[in-house]
Amino acid sequence: MAAPSKRSSRPTPVRKAWRSLTWLGVIIVGLFAINAAGVIWGNGSWTPKLALDLEGGTQIILEPKVETGASVSQEQLDQAVSIIRQRVDASGVAEAEINTEGSNVVVRIPGELDDQTRARIESSAKLELRAVLLADAATNQAIDSTESPAPTEPAEELSDTPTAEPTDGSDPAWITPALQDEFDNFDCSTLDEAATNVAPADEPLVTCDVSRTAKYLLGPVEASGENIVDATNGMIQTQTGANTGQWAVNIQFDDQGTSDFAEVSTRLYGLQGQTPRDQFAFVLDGAVLTAPSMNGVITDGRPQITGSFTQESSKSLADQLKFGALPISFTVQSSDTISATLGTSQLQSGLIAGLIGLILVVIYTLFQYRALGSVTIASLVIVGLITYLSITILSWREGYRLSLAGIAGLIVAIGFTADSFIVYFERVRDELRDGRPLVGAVEAGWKRAFRTILASKGVNLLAAVVLFILAVGSVKGFAYTLGLTTIIDVVVVILFTHPMLQLLAQTRFFSSGNPWSGLDPNALGAVYRGRAEFRKPVAVPASKVASSSKEAQKRQTIAERKATAGVGTGSSEGKES
Amino acid sequence: MANRLTQFGNDLYTGKRSFNFVGGRKKWYLIAGVIIILTIAIPLLRGVNFSIEFRGGSQFQIAGVENATTQPASDAVASVVPGAVSHVTIVGGDGVRVQTEQLEQSESLEVASALAEAYDVPVSEVTSSFIGPSWGADVTRQALVGLIAFVLLAAIIMALYFRTWKMSLAAILALIGDLIATVGIYAAVGFEISPAATIGVLTILSYSLYDTVVVFDKIRENTAEDAGPESRRTFAESVNLAVNQTLVRSINTSVVAALPVAAILFIGAGVLGADTLRDISLALLIGILVGTWSTVFIAAPLYSQLREGEPAIKRHDQKVLKERERAGGATAETAGALPTPA
Repeated sequence: MAAPSKRSSRPTPVRKAWRSLTWLGVIIVGLFAINAAGVIWGNGSWTPKLALDLEGGTQIILEPKVETGASVSQEQLDQAVSIIRQRVDASGVAEAEINTEGSNVVVRIPGELDDQTRARIESSAKLELRAVLLADAATNQAIDSTESPAPTEPAEELSDTPTAEPTDGSDPAWITPALQDEFDNFDCSTLDEAATNVAPADEPLVTCDVSRTAKYLLGPVEASGENIVDATNGMIQTQTGANTGQWAVNIQFDDQGTSDFAEVSTRLYGLQGQTPRDQFAFVLDGAVLTAPSMNGVITDGRPQITGSFTQESSKSLADQLKFGALPISFTVQSSDTISATLGTSQLQSGLIAGLIGLILVVIYTLFQYRALGSVTIASLVIVGLITYLSITILSWREGYRLSLAGIAGLIVAIGFTADSFIVYFERVRDELRDGRPLVGAVEAGWKRAFRTILASKGVNLLAAVVLFILAVGSVKGFAYTLGLTTIIDVVVVILFTHPMLQLLAQTRFFSSGNPWSGLDPNALGAVYRGRAEFRKPVAVPASKVASSSKEAQKRQTIAERKATAGVGTGSSEGKES
Repeated sequence: MANRLTQFGNDLYTGKRSFNFVGGRKKWYLIAGVIIILTIAIPLLRGVNFSIEFRGGSQFQIAGVENATTQPASDAVASVVPGAVSHVTIVGGDGVRVQTEQLEQSESLEVASALAEAYDVPVSEVTSSFIGPSWGADVTRQALVGLIAFVLLAAIIMALYFRTWKMSLAAILALIGDLIATVGIYAAVGFEISPAATIGVLTILSYSLYDTVVVFDKIRENTAEDAGPESRRTFAESVNLAVNQTLVRSINTSVVAALPVAAILFIGAGVLGADTLRDISLALLIGILVGTWSTVFIAAPLYSQLREGEPAIKRHDQKVLKERERAGGATAETAGALPTPA
């Protein structure tokens, strides 16, 4: 605490002041203690974590890709976030931040991002299981371009309706002439360009495999990737448990998937020999991952995919099946790779500039408010200290990260904070002008200023909260810092600025109205004398004089003002406006 | 010794000096109208410069380049994607920023390494972004939703706090004017409209209303005190006195708020070249100045005008004026409907 306290019976404002200051001390020490505890026992730190723009890293914004008119539910988004998180965690990246902003999923990963992880995140696809109706070698693009001058237009409109209602997913009745034509002319090299190679779940799909070597005409969706609980790779074992040395992918379905798959496998196993209709395709992001043929009826929901797998390729397929099961698919809306150097140099610029700005504020405040200015400066320092501690704790507990916009927000918000002190000081000065003694002026000024401060800061807080809830991205971070400093500002003005003034009002320096105190009643033209002077030339009824002198707030009338104001109002208005 | 602003404050407080904010309102409305029309018209005529976040495209930034020239960058981009239009700017003396049309991920990686080679820096020093054209629009849409929600809530809360919807209406009208003027002036300066600028504009919401609430609180106080039959001020005069009495506070708070912002704008962004900071701080600086201006010149006169028509206030004003005429006969001056010290 700043000044020595005398224990004897003190007037209440002073005791109140000390109580407030004690509370402030408790808050600051408490914040320090929480932070220290975080550093010692948790994984806290004495500095706030920095956002990607300052630390460097990668930010990918994924936008859900849905058929036009459809909307994405929050549930689907949440599920997508948890699946993407699994994928990122599987790549061993620490401290990745994945969350939704509006209807987008934002992935922030500090440090450098390897291509594999990026691919894993971006292949944020939708996994579907479809029965194969037709399969063929991929049409060679080179032949296409050299031969036939133009793609042959179908001579007549091909029928789009099946000849008979298809009874199941493998029914050739799905293949309409139009679909057959599309399949025949399908060019696998166009698969990438058709960014949304998505057919509705109950419609057939024409596509190719991921290596673009085979093309397929697939039936409607029989099961979706969401039904896959787990997918692992492992060695195939014989009945006796001996290792065959061959790699396979083991899939485990959930209940729904188990019953769906049992039905499909029974049907496809019955079609054995009628290749490709005994095959079923795992379709990821519209491309066929693999299309194994059914070698048995599987009712336990634990199929095994065998083939010429290596350890790596089986692991990769297992991962794709396990993590590919997103409820919706995404397109990359924006992808930023941010160098730490750039952020650091901008941070330095911002901090230097902010510091210069705050020094200018200090100079201006001292010029305006003399010794009183030092209370503002001390208040700002305390606001700064509490803000720093709060942000550090929030960054430890809530994962808050300080971005460049956030730092700009802090500097600006600290400038805004000074407003409440100015509102208060001006009120105290107003009370002095009305002829009150200093101690009374401080109390009366506080009463009135406090109301104003609460109302105006309430509006600030409202803006911050609304923006925080509704806005996205960096706007959110900015709103957060703005709201935080607004609350801290009010706390400091109650627990520090006001008590300090209460205490200072007791000192000789201030109460004697020292010219350098900033609260010199003479300099403030305490209004009594002034009014008496104004009043003389005007003939005012005696009753009026009595009533008005009773009320300090009632200042001179317009007529009186006219009588005295001839001096310079016109010219000074010209100067100001 | 009082410094001049203190003396000025004293005079404003006592009414010795008074600016006729309320009385001259037609003039201020006209000025505000002209500013708003200009700030809408200029960007419309010149075209608004949207940043890459709104247009979509790929952007590369290289910091700490020893020899910052634009040619190596254009060459590097051309070597990867022949015929690509690249827009190269030097940022803050030692940084290079390259903007191109939207590139494929693989192309983007190649351009990054070509740029690293061209400027002799490690690839990790090259910041690359790929921004879909809908990103900025998304941010803006959310921001607009936030803005509308805020304005509605603020209007309700202010109406409750001040116990009159007319103060709320005056404040919100002034706020909308501030937003239009801020965006307009920002665009007229020719800066890119970026998400950072959007943030700055949103902050203005908060500042502009804050400033208005402080002044309105004083107006509420003065008009409440002056409402009695004893009062010798018209309603408009009470409002005007309140604005004058808070003028020094308005000046001081906006100077203190503007100083750090100006420092960030001119030193941080101007000299040291921090882009994000430049966009935010310019929007903020304009907003602070416009917000302070509009509170005094628009919001308060507007409020006075909204209330003057009320029968009780009309009656009171007439009584005050009649009394004044009687008393003022001695000074041989007739007071107009509004004080006209200027």
